[in-house]
Amino acid sequence: MVKRILIFFIVAYSPIVYAQNLDLLDDPEAAPVTEYAFATFKTNRVVNGHSVETVAKREFDFKISHRFGFVSGGFYDLFGLDQATMRIGGDYGITDNLNVGIGRSTVDKTYDGFVKYKFLKQSTGAKNIPVTAAWISHMGIATSKFTQPNRENQFSHRVHYTHQLLVARKFTEGLSVQLSPTLVHKNLVDSANLKNDILAVGIGVRQKLTNRTTLNLEYYYTLPSQLEENKTDVLSVGFDIETGGHVFQLFFTNSSGPFEKSFITDTKAKWLDGDIRFGFNIARVFNF
Amino acid sequence: MKKTTILTFAILGLMLGAFKNHSGGIYKTNTGNINFFSHTSIEDITADNHKVKTAFDASSGKIQFSALIKDFEFPKALMQEHFNENYMESTKFSKSTFSGIIENIAAVKTTVDGVYTSKVSGKLTIKDVTKEVSTMGTFTVKSSVVNTKATFTINPENYNIEIPKTVSGKISREIKITVDADYHHDH
Repeated sequence: MVKRILIFFIVAYSPIVYAQNLDLLDDPEAAPVTEYAFATFKTNRVVNGHSVETVAKREFDFKISHRFGFVSGGFYDLFGLDQATMRIGGDYGITDNLNVGIGRSTVDKTYDGFVKYKFLKQSTGAKNIPVTAAWISHMGIATSKFTQPNRENQFSHRVHYTHQLLVARKFTEGLSVQLSPTLVHKNLVDSANLKNDILAVGIGVRQKLTNRTTLNLEYYYTLPSQLEENKTDVLSVGFDIETGGHVFQLFFTNSSGPFEKSFITDTKAKWLDGDIRFGFNIARVFNF
Repeated sequence: MKKTTILTFAILGLMLGAFKNHSGGIYKTNTGNINFFSHTSIEDITADNHKVKTAFDASSGKIQFSALIKDFEFPKALMQEHFNENYMESTKFSKSTFSGIIENIAAVKTTVDGVYTSKVSGKLTIKDVTKEVSTMGTFTVKSSVVNTKATFTINPENYNIEIPKTVSGKISREIKITVDADYHHDH
C-alpha cells in the first residue's frame, strides 16, 4: 500500500517537476507541424517556361517579355536590340493554387491562355512530401494571315495546345530543380510527314546567389525525330532580380518565342553557331 | 475495500491540492497575438501572428514568449514571402523569443479582477541577435482570464535585418511591436 501511495505521488508530482525545471512554455516538439517549402522559384517562370510557382489569390502578375535579335548582330544592330519579339500578358490567382493567364505575342500574332493548378506542395514535418507539382494546359491561337491562302484554311488550323506537368524540388535554401514533361499539339503542321504531337521534357535549375538574386538555367529537350531538321532545342540561362514588387528576369536564349509552342518546337537558332539572344521578363504583382 | 477507496480519494485530494499549490502561478496561452507595424510616408506594413506561445509565472514574475516567424500573416502574400525569404530568413532563424520578468509582479493580482500595470523587461531574440528591451505592460484580470498588452519599438537594423537601399524608404527604422495575449490559468 505504501508503495502504491509512493507511486501515486511520484506520478502526480512528475509533471510539476518538469514544469519547474524546464521552460514555462509548452514543448514545441509536442505537436509536429507541417512546414511547407516556399519560394522554390522567385517567380512563376523559370526563364521561358513556367515554374511551379503560382500567384496568390486575387493577385495579378502583369508580365512583359522581350526577346531581342542575335547578339552576334554586333554594334550595328546594337547586339540585337534593333529587333524584338514580345509578349504582354498576365497571370491571375483565382485561388492560391489555381491560376489563369492570358497573353498576346508578336510571334504569329498569337493570343494565348492557360490554366495552371498546383496540386502538391513540398513539405516536411507532420506531412512529408518531397516535391511541389503543378499541371498547366495552354492554348494558343495564331491570328496572323494564313501563309497559303489557296489552301482550305479553317479556324482550327490556328490553334495549338501545350500540356505540362511541372515537378520541382527545393533541395536546399538556394538550389531548386524542376522537371517539366511536356506535350505540344499543333492542329496544323506544315507538311504531312510532320508530327502534330511533340513530346519534350524541360529541366530547370535555379541557384540563389543572394537573397534577392538567382541564377537560372532552363533546357527543353525534344525527343528525337519529331522536329524538322532545321529546328533545335531551347537553352536559356538567366538571372532573376527581385526588388519587392517586381521581378526582373534577364537572360540569354536561342529562342525568340515567348510562349510554349514557339520556344519548344519552333526554335531554329543554335547556341553553337553563336546565335544567342538577350531577353527579359518583367513581372509586377498587383493586389485586388 | 472501502478503506482503500477512502484512502484513494484522500490521496487524490492531496495530489490536487499539491498540484494547485505548485503550478497555481503559471498562466499560459498558445494563441497570443503579436502585431508589427512599420509606418513610412510611402507605405504602411503590418503583420499579425496569432499563434504565439507565451506564459508567465504569477509568483516569480517570469514571462516568456515564442513566435514562429512563418506564422506572421501579411495582407499581401508576396510581402509574406519576402519577409520570410529576404528579411527574416525564417528557414535559418525559425523563431523569435522573449524571456523576461514582470518587475512588479506582486502588484498584479491574478485572482482579483482589475487592471494592473508593471514594467516588463528582458531579452528579445530575433535572428539570433539578443537585445535587452523593456516596456510597460498592462494586465487586465477579468473572470480568471489575464489579458496582457504591451507595446514597444525596435530598429530592424539592430537585429541583423538588412534593408536594401531600393526599399529603404518603405521600411521604418522604428517598428512598433504590439503584444496582446489572453492567459488562462494552467491546470
